Formats: sequence, structure tokens, C-alpha cells
Amino acid sequence: MTTALMTDIHANREALEACLAHAGEHGADQFVFLGDFVGYGADPEWVLDRLMGLVAQGATALMGNHDAAAVGALDPHLNAGARECIEWTRPRLSEAHVKFLAELPLSAQDGPCLYVHANGWDPARFEYVFGPSEAGRSMQVARSRITFCGHMHEPMLYHMGLPQRVEAFAPIPGSPIPLSAARHWLALPGSVGQPRDGNPAACYATFDELNHLLTFWRVPYDHEQAAKKVLQAGLPPYLARLLLTGGAV
Amino acid sequence: MSRPPPLEPGQRIDGFELRERVHRGGMGSLWRVSRPDLTQPAVMKVPAIDEDPTAIVGFEVEQMIMPLLSGPHVPTFIAAGGFEAQPYIVMEYIEGASLRPQLEQAPLPAAQVASIGAQVAEALHDLHQQHVIHLDLKPSNILFRPSGDAVLIDYGLARHERLPDLLAEEFRLPLGTAPYISPEQVLWVRDDPRSDLFALGAVLYHLATGQRAFGNPTTIGGLRKRLYQAPTPPRAHNPDCPPWLQEIILHCLEADAEQRYGSAAQVAFDLTQPQTVALTARASWTGRLPIGKRLKHWARSLGASPQRRNVTQQLQRAPIVMAAVDLSQEWEALADALRATVRRVLTSEPQARLACVSVLKRRIGLDTPTDEAGRNLHVQRLVQLQHWARPLALPPQRVTYHVLEAPDPAEAIIDYARANRVDHIVIGCRGVSGLRRYLGSVSTRVVAEAPCSVTVVKVSRDEALEAAPAS
Repeated sequence: MTTALMTDIHANREALEACLAHAGEHGADQFVFLGDFVGYGADPEWVLDRLMGLVAQGATALMGNHDAAAVGALDPHLNAGARECIEWTRPRLSEAHVKFLAELPLSAQDGPCLYVHANGWDPARFEYVFGPSEAGRSMQVARSRITFCGHMHEPMLYHMGLPQRVEAFAPIPGSPIPLSAARHWLALPGSVGQPRDGNPAACYATFDELNHLLTFWRVPYDHEQAAKKVLQAGLPPYLARLLLTGGAV
Repeated sequence: MSRPPPLEPGQRIDGFELRERVHRGGMGSLWRVSRPDLTQPAVMKVPAIDEDPTAIVGFEVEQMIMPLLSGPHVPTFIAAGGFEAQPYIVMEYIEGASLRPQLEQAPLPAAQVASIGAQVAEALHDLHQQHVIHLDLKPSNILFRPSGDAVLIDYGLARHERLPDLLAEEFRLPLGTAPYISPEQVLWVRDDPRSDLFALGAVLYHLATGQRAFGNPTTIGGLRKRLYQAPTPPRAHNPDCPPWLQEIILHCLEADAEQRYGSAAQVAFDLTQPQTVALTARASWTGRLPIGKRLKHWARSLGASPQRRNVTQQLQRAPIVMAAVDLSQEWEALADALRATVRRVLTSEPQARLACVSVLKRRIGLDTPTDEAGRNLHVQRLVQLQHWARPLALPPQRVTYHVLEAPDPAEAIIDYARANRVDHIVIGCRGVSGLRRYLGSVSTRVVAEAPCSVTVVKVSRDEALEAAPAS
């Protein structure tokens, strides 16, 4: 059984299509989407329709802060660009979209795995796992052996052994990592729809549950097309530049 | 974690039946185990999980790394069990003793030391190519299959460059075994494959002299001595140790990893072809290093701020490049073009070794090894080969010359590349005549069958015509 973990899709149709195809080719038979399906990108309707279809077939989807903002009160922590995108997104959503987003859970548990959008200590507050200290806080509170988090757009893997010291590991795409049962792990697959580490290729991860193998992936996609659509939609131009450069604005 | 009850023969763990304990050591014990579906003899490794956190994390490291390894130089991984109850790893049982008892017989003859060293170097190269540094190479971790292949065991301190290093900052003491640990490991550097070459040098030193190169220090201060102090030259202990073997051993034992061999394949190359080892000052030292040299070591290690490179990058910058030089047809243009390509390859890879190979085509036992004038063809070809390479102006330690006598040049080149773990062959191709296309050229076969990358060098038709001898 292989689960594909995708997060921070941010209404980027091209990136999501490429990642879903890639995951299919690599044997993924389950999908978990860790939130932030809208905001920033030009295709919220298509992305939500696709995710709703997958959830109807058994996929898990969680609520991100952009999703919460799109259907509720605007989050004061969102930056101006993100707020503008949310205002742009809202009138485009159908009733079904709004219902889907509003009913998303903040976390889900599946055996040893905890899925959350932001962190394991207080998923509703959307605080970030910036580094080892937040990762350690999350792992200590959540107590699940493996936590999968979105919210941070850069891929990263944290682990904590018996002395409760937390180490960070920058994963190498395509190299499977055996997750030892003797420690806690917190994995950030990285953003599908808006990578920010200087590489425009989309990020996601797969987890082979039988062999406990976690693999991070980078998937090149037509990011120029996605950027063009952002400009055509009249969204803030810096968001198109982010897609073109992978974060080097 | 509560201490599990002691294991007994006949006990079952996850379907494996414990037969007999074959080893008990500080870090744990080894049991012969059976399971109806197993087609090969197997052992279960069970760690001693007392209070030593290194042992616990080391076992975790081994559980992570072993399933990813393959090939003849590691025990085949069979199964691993979780830490919830009784942690274990089940792997192939390797018949035969470790290298350790041979230390009792040391000093061993040079040829035997070289043969053991070449097998171990080959195993290390294979491990490094799988992105793993052993970091605890020592005689008790080296076994031999009946085929002669060395098998490296115990990955409790190993580092896989594509996995998190669970041992990175867990503990205060340097991780390794005192007589063999490299200077950089003493300084907590755990990502340089050349650390294993240092340990290999220490093993060979012991086999060649019967002495330990750096003793068996028990303090950090004692371990740090190897940062600035070169060992007593092997020939001072054992005058029968030939200069070439001392050269190889001391080259492995350089305090600065940058001064060691670039790869285990390069060590194996020298150990299997001692006649081609370029002797430096290292080969002739017979006493302790002069004080100036020692200070130089010291200064270097103090100023060491090694550029971080991973295993793959280190292997890539230290390839064995083979130039297959065809001197039988005196086609100058092709020889020049071949040399120009070789120069480019060597420039981009500063630790590359060049093996210049030429095949003397003859049927073994039938042809005479001299020409009509009675000159030795083999020597003549060797001289031509050296002449061809001279414009490259390589230091003698970076280039070797080999004349192979064989009836089939393509086969000889491919065999040589395979036996010496050549990374890149540069070979010339003399054109595209209809007949050659029909029969198949040497370079075509080398491209098709070589175990590595091949660059085929051609010259434009005009150049070739100009340079071709009039006939």
C-alpha cells in the first residue's frame, strides 16, 4: 500500500495534474491531501473538482489556512497578496466547493500516521514548523510515530530518538528513506503548487506503508503555463514570478 | 525500554527458530536461525540493549542501511524486527573466518597483503558506489566468501549519504575503533568515503608489519595524535615490506584525506598492479618522519576546513580513466585527437587516474614477441605509449602504462576495464569504411560491451587523410 502525500496545491492545476500522474506511475493507491487547495493560483475550481472526486473515492483531505479563509472570516495573518487571492477566489466557488472546504477536518489519524496541515500541537492555529524546535514540539505533543505536515512549502524531514534530540534532514528526491520504528518522524512533503526553494518543480512524497519507506519527489510540470494563467487572471504578478523561479522572487 | 528476557535455543522470534549462538560480543550476539522457507543459512543479530545509547542507535542505523545494500560484498538482508519487543536483523550467514585471526600471523608476505587488500578495496568501492561509508572497517568486520570475495559486515556506525545520519550529533565520543579510526572521524566528520581508505591502510599496515600503525589509544588525546603524526614507516618494522607496498599503505594513511587515494578502486588498482606503482618519498622512508614533515602534517590538519562533498561527488572526481591507444596504425591525427579528449576528461576531474592501455594483437604461444630486427615488441609498444602520453604532462602517480597481449583487442580492453573497475574508456575509431561497418570495429564492440561509459573519438575525414601514411 503506497500513499501519496500532497499539500499546498494552491489552485495550481498543472502542478497537481503532473503530481497525480507521477504518483500513479509510482504505484500510489491512496491519497492524502494536507490542505491549502486554493489561494495563489488561477484554477481553484478545477483543483477542487478533482480533489472532491478523489475524496469521493476514499482519499483524505484536510483543511489549510487558505481553505479556511476562503469559506470563513479572513485570517488576519494572511499577507496582502494571499488576501487578494482569497477575495478573487471566493466568488468563483460553487456551493459544493464551499461545502467541501467548510467540512474539511483539521487532522486525521491512520495507524501510526498523523496528518495535519500546519502542526501537531494545535492544528487550528496554523503555526509553522519552521525548524527542529517546532518539529520537536509537534512530535512530543502529537505522540504519533509519523506526522505528515503541510503549510511549509520546502520539503524537510525531522526525526527524534530516545534522548528527544531533534535532527533535520534535507531529503534527496527519489531516494527512499526507511522510517525506523524506534523514533518519531515529522515529514514536510513540500508544496505541490508553489515550491519556494529555488526549484520550480512540484514537491510531494509517497509512503510505502508495508516497508515503511518514505520517498520525496520533485516533479517538473508546465510552470510557465501556470504562471501565465496567474497573470491572465489578474492576480498579483509576483505570484507568477514565484512559479517561474521556484521562489527566488 | 525494559530489558527483554535472555534468549534460549529453540525460541521463536517472528517465525525464526533460534538454533545456536555463534558469537557473543560487547555489542550483542549472533544466532544461527532457521525458517522453513529460507534457502540459505541465516544468522540473527541481536543487540545488547543495555544503557548504551550508541548501541541502540547503531542498531537502528544498521536496520535502516542493510536492506538497501546488495551485491557479493555485503551479507544478504533477510528480515528486521522492531524495537517494540526484541530488535533483530536476520541476514545471510557467511561461512569462513574473519580477517582477524590472520593478524596473529602478521607480518604476512607482501603478495598476500596485497591480495587481501585488493579484495577489501574492491568491496569498499562497491559499498561506496551504493552511497554508503562503512566508518568501522577493521579485521573483525571483514569476512571472505569461498569465492575469495570480501564481505563487509557491521553497519552500526555506517553513513548512508541519502539517509538521515542518526548518529550525527547523538554522542560525545568519536565513533570508530581506535586502531583504525580516521583523523577526520576523530573530528566528527562522517561523510568522507576516504575515511574507509585510512582504515584499510591501518589494516594493511598491521598485516604487513605485525604492528599497529597508531597503537590502540584509549583517550581522545591519543586518538588525535594521528592528525599530526605519521606512523613509523612499515619498512622500519619489516624490511621485507617492499617499497611499493609501503607507498600504498602510507598513501592510504595520509592524515589529510585530500592527500589519500581518491577512491578504493584506485587502491585496488595499485595493489593488483604493484609494478606500476609510482614511488614517491613515502616509499623510501625508513625512520620516523622528519620533524619538518610532521609539522607540515600538523599545520595541514590544523588548517583543515575540508570542502564538503558527498560520497558520489568524491567518487566522481576520482575516476579511473582508461585511454585505449591504438598505435599499430600510425595515424597521428587520431592519436592527437584521443589525447586532446583525454586531457579534457582529466582536467575536469582533478583526482582522476589515467591507465594508458595498448593491445599487442597476437595469438598466444604462436607469435614471436620480437620483430624482424629482433626487438622486443612489448617493450617497444610500452615506450610508444609513454611517448604518446608525455604531452599530457601528468605526474607519475596519476598515470600508468599497460601493454596487453591478446588475440582480440576489444575483448582485452573490456576485460581490463572490468577487472580494474575503470569508470570511463576513451577510445579512437578509425572511420566508417563499408568493410569496417560490416565487420564491426573494436570501438563498436567496446561501446556495446564495456561495463562503464565510453567516449569514442573520431577525426574528420580530411585530417585523417592528411595524417594517414601514404600507401
